[in-house]
Amino acid sequence: MRVKLRINGEDRVADDVWPGESLLYVLRERLGLPGAKNACEQGECGSCTVYLDSLPVCSCLVAAGQAEDRDVVTVEGLAAGDALDPVQQAFVDAGAVQCGFCTPGLIVSVHDLLERDPAPSDADVREALAGNLCRCTGYEMILGAVRLAAERRVGG
Amino acid sequence: MQMVRPTTWPAALDAIAAEPGLLPISGGTDVMVDVNFDRERPTGLLDLTRVPELADWSRDGDLLRVGANVTYARIIDELAALLPGLAMASRTVGSPQIRNRGTVGGNLGSASPAGDAHPPLLAGLAEVEVESVRGSRRIPIDEFFVGVKRSDLAPDELIAAFHAPVAPGPQQFAKIGTRNAMVIAVASFAIELDGAAHRVGTGIGSAAATPRRAADAETFLAGEITERAAWDSPTPLPDAVVQRFGELVAAAASPIDDVRGTAAYRRRALSVLARRTLGWCWADLDGRQCA
Ligand SMILES: Cc1cc2nc3c(=O)[nH]c(=O)nc-3n(C[C@H](O)[C@H](O)[C@H](O)COP(=O)(O)OP(=O)(O)OC[C@H]3O[C@@H](n4cnc5c(N)ncnc54)[C@H](O)[C@@H]3O)c2cc1C
Ligand code: FES
Ligand code: FES
Repeated sequence: MRVKLRINGEDRVADDVWPGESLLYVLRERLGLPGAKNACEQGECGSCTVYLDSLPVCSCLVAAGQAEDRDVVTVEGLAAGDALDPVQQAFVDAGAVQCGFCTPGLIVSVHDLLERDPAPSDADVREALAGNLCRCTGYEMILGAVRLAAERRVGG
Repeated sequence: MQMVRPTTWPAALDAIAAEPGLLPISGGTDVMVDVNFDRERPTGLLDLTRVPELADWSRDGDLLRVGANVTYARIIDELAALLPGLAMASRTVGSPQIRNRGTVGGNLGSASPAGDAHPPLLAGLAEVEVESVRGSRRIPIDEFFVGVKRSDLAPDELIAAFHAPVAPGPQQFAKIGTRNAMVIAVASFAIELDGAAHRVGTGIGSAAATPRRAADAETFLAGEITERAAWDSPTPLPDAVVQRFGELVAAAASPIDDVRGTAAYRRRALSVLARRTLGWCWADLDGRQCA
């Protein structure tokens, strides 16, 4: 089947979509947007997190056809041209990226958190990121990146 | 495989009547896991996310009707004051991503003994509104679950909503798992105290083939409170009463040994959860009287 949707502000069309296929598969394999990662395909790891109609969701658990006419924003859509989003820049500067597999999902989750709560407590950050697993960093660097991003957003 | 995407409730009912093999999908947080892992190959998916009739909740006096597609995130944001027990349970579901997508209708559809919405719905005497082209009916929640992951829903029926009274008194929910986030309950328990009706409500999760009430525990506790005229002036309950309540809740379960815990552990955990949540409710009841 054919699926039409809006991705990062552009109208896109995917053809030959199998009805049981996930939005994640369509983004990565049919539309050339490999930012969202495929790790578990069962909602556990959060590496596939994207915005669907402004809410962060696991794109591996959205059937592609359910995204018809919906608005999707992936990690690729957060940067303004070459200028990284403050959350992305903070992850780079704080050394919160090791293998990087979890990073795109975390960026979307942190972006959403700071939109809702510009100055979250550490406990709130941990709660907001409960659905994003990282096998490398032990999370301390990630918490540091969130604090840095929050400071910079408020500051500037 | 096909995907059918009705945009009205009658069209959804027609679709499932014409092809009962269609698998309804709302948040997809159960369905897509099965599809991704090839555990489910239905003839087609019936996407219910475009049916506006399922997406909202309404209030009529003291009664709430909550559409099947209302997500956990919305229950937490919009219904915490009216259905505090369900909101507490919703906060323990999965992660923010899962709560943004997962729905109570989907939880009911899966009918897992571990579904976190079920204990508070049982404690609150909710009813499930289901409909097919043959008509609509309301199933009392304690008749809805008929076996492991099986409900009373007929193949051509869809879940429209659940109905529940606005919390008539304190409600609590507690769940035991291996860590704080992203866990399936090893045991869970919900309780409510209805001071006007002199009724105690309970719901047990993950400790039997189906979620269920602990009816003997409810009758026992309500009787003890009434005997002490404590509904209106909640004096501390004797330890023996609290202890007995915990025992009766544990006795209502028929847990199994599995990878998440043994039957003995589950029984013990349930009696602890029952005593603890009763304590919280009691403090709440006391607070209301003093206020
Ligand atoms: C990572 C992860 C963590 C999770 N954690 C928890 C947890 O902590 N607690 C918990 O209880 N659950 C948990 N779940 C399970 C799941 O999120 C819930 O059961 C959720 O409520 C399902 O809702 P849904 O809208 O996503 O359902 P879907 O997956 O869309 O559907 C679930 C079932 O209900 C049927 N269905 C859906 N809507 C209707 C309808 N209107 N009429 C008839 N049938 C219908 C479907 O056909 C399917 O059988 C978790 C899942 C994941 C992936
Ligand atoms: S790939 Fe979607 S949550 Fe892991
Ligand atoms: S950096 Fe490797 S998984 Fe997080």
